[in-house]
Amino acid sequence: MKVFLTAILVVFLVFPSCKKDDKMEVPEDHSHHGNHTHDTTSYGTVKLEITNMVDTNELFLDTVLYLLENGDKIGVGAYKYYISNVKLLRANGTWYSEPESYHLVDQDTVSSRSISISNVPEGNYTGIRFMIGVDSARNVSGIQSGDLDPGKGMFWTWSTGYIMAKVEGTSNYAPFNTFAIHIGGFQGPNSALRTAQPSFNGVSAHVSETHTTTIRLKNDLTEWFKTPNAIDLTTTNNVTMVNATSKMIADNYADMFSVTEISH
Amino acid sequence: MRFVLNIGLVITIAAGISSCSVDPAIKPVLPADNIEQVVPAGWPQPVYKFENNPLSVEKFKLGRELFYEEKLSADNTISCGSCHQNFVAFAHSEHALSHGINGSFGIRNSPGLFNLNWNTSFMWDGGVNHIEVQPLAPITNPVEMNEDMNNVLAKLNADGKYKLLFKNAYGDEEVTTERMFKSLAQFMGMMYSYNSKYDLYKRGEQGGNMDAQEMAGYQLYQQKCASCHTEPLFTDYAFRNNGIAVNINLQDSGRAHVTADPNDRYKFKTPTLRNIMLTAPYMHDGRFNTIDQVLNHYASGVVQGPTLDPQLQSGIQLSAQERTELKAFLNTLTDYAFVYDTRFKDPN
Repeated sequence: MKVFLTAILVVFLVFPSCKKDDKMEVPEDHSHHGNHTHDTTSYGTVKLEITNMVDTNELFLDTVLYLLENGDKIGVGAYKYYISNVKLLRANGTWYSEPESYHLVDQDTVSSRSISISNVPEGNYTGIRFMIGVDSARNVSGIQSGDLDPGKGMFWTWSTGYIMAKVEGTSNYAPFNTFAIHIGGFQGPNSALRTAQPSFNGVSAHVSETHTTTIRLKNDLTEWFKTPNAIDLTTTNNVTMVNATSKMIADNYADMFSVTEISH
Repeated sequence: MRFVLNIGLVITIAAGISSCSVDPAIKPVLPADNIEQVVPAGWPQPVYKFENNPLSVEKFKLGRELFYEEKLSADNTISCGSCHQNFVAFAHSEHALSHGINGSFGIRNSPGLFNLNWNTSFMWDGGVNHIEVQPLAPITNPVEMNEDMNNVLAKLNADGKYKLLFKNAYGDEEVTTERMFKSLAQFMGMMYSYNSKYDLYKRGEQGGNMDAQEMAGYQLYQQKCASCHTEPLFTDYAFRNNGIAVNINLQDSGRAHVTADPNDRYKFKTPTLRNIMLTAPYMHDGRFNTIDQVLNHYASGVVQGPTLDPQLQSGIQLSAQERTELKAFLNTLTDYAFVYDTRFKDPN
């Protein structure tokens, strides 16, 4: 039995990061997995409540027109993106990683904007980090299920890969008054994979089995069109390939999330 | 039971050889009881080994039904088997380009299907990276089956036959994208072709005696073709511009369509020479009907261009006798055991 436990310990020490991961170099902690017979850790639930906005206005599909900084007026018919590999930073500097962490956020589906992460070890957390999009491993591993089901409309069939994020709608500036921007690409210089780490602003989130911890996130769609690259729908209104333009937009939206509230 | 299966095999082969008219009373027996991975002697390890998709007879059978299922198309008229026909090693006989629903045409020739587990990518331009997601392309392509996956799932869910097939394969009746494509991958991945006369020769097995002409053709192949159509799969899976003139109507940039790299313009994946005598027409757009036309191209038709493969700058010259010898060798690459394997026939 002792040998067995030692073996488990060795496995965890030698392979601290056994999950496929892109840009996260921090030590992982998977101690909540596995069968720990003497486990005394308690677990709580963290809820990510996402509100999609256009600057300071809440996003409503189809019915509302929004003014962009460049004077264009847009309506939004569809807004979807993946959030994956969600990690929470413990006060002691280690990270908790949600297993099988793939979430499709779809403005058209209310429930998709509320992501519930259960079995988070009790304690104080001071940060969050996640990928916008689907990591390269899942782009090359064949058919997937759940939110990664290619039938969800977020998958390119002619050149395999997930659409990391998409927005479609109407624009006063676009020549045919419509635009479609599908951002994908998981490898190479124009990869669209971006990691978001919206700040907790000094607040810490206490996770406990006695309550659900809610982290409210704002997603600002206008970030797609702003810094560092100004995107004008007059000329850039149909993006459905991996190229320099899709990379610029991914660079833009990398910081589209911010934490607005943490509550217990 | 073995006796019954053998009779079924004989009847099916006889029917296949003699004519197209099969007595409907004689339902061919379709065994699927030997479903296991194959790595023929001297071959590299396959890319796809059914890692997350453990092989089973029931999943294979479901995959076979799906392969021949016309409900995968928008108007329920076209199945995978419509353009990938069993009797020509799953190429599309006498079709340069295949027709999708509503009489629409694609821009590329339907290739044969076999030894897919060794493919490093799929499609002429390599755009698809995994056998399990490959069928999504033809199912959703507007000029092929033009169907939405949600509609496909709804149609299969409403079909009692599939309730049973999915239950047998996966334990319950639920029809999902994942189950569907894993079963299709089992059916297509099991299409091993490794019993041509050439293979028997290489393995020193009975029936593998090559005559002098075939041997001379083999040597010519090794000198003039093998650098791209590499043994034992007879392709190197690379993308090359082989100098065929750009079809101004199709304007197909090939690999560059996927990579957006001008250096990849007009490059297409090297097709295998296995079963080549069955899989006409030839080239990515099916422009050549015969092997002689292909050899004529390499002799005098190569068009120079910035992305032309350097090995083809001067074409490939063959004397009349050499041409006869090479064709004799190409004939030894036909695998009749594969073509007549009843496991891959339309079960209905």
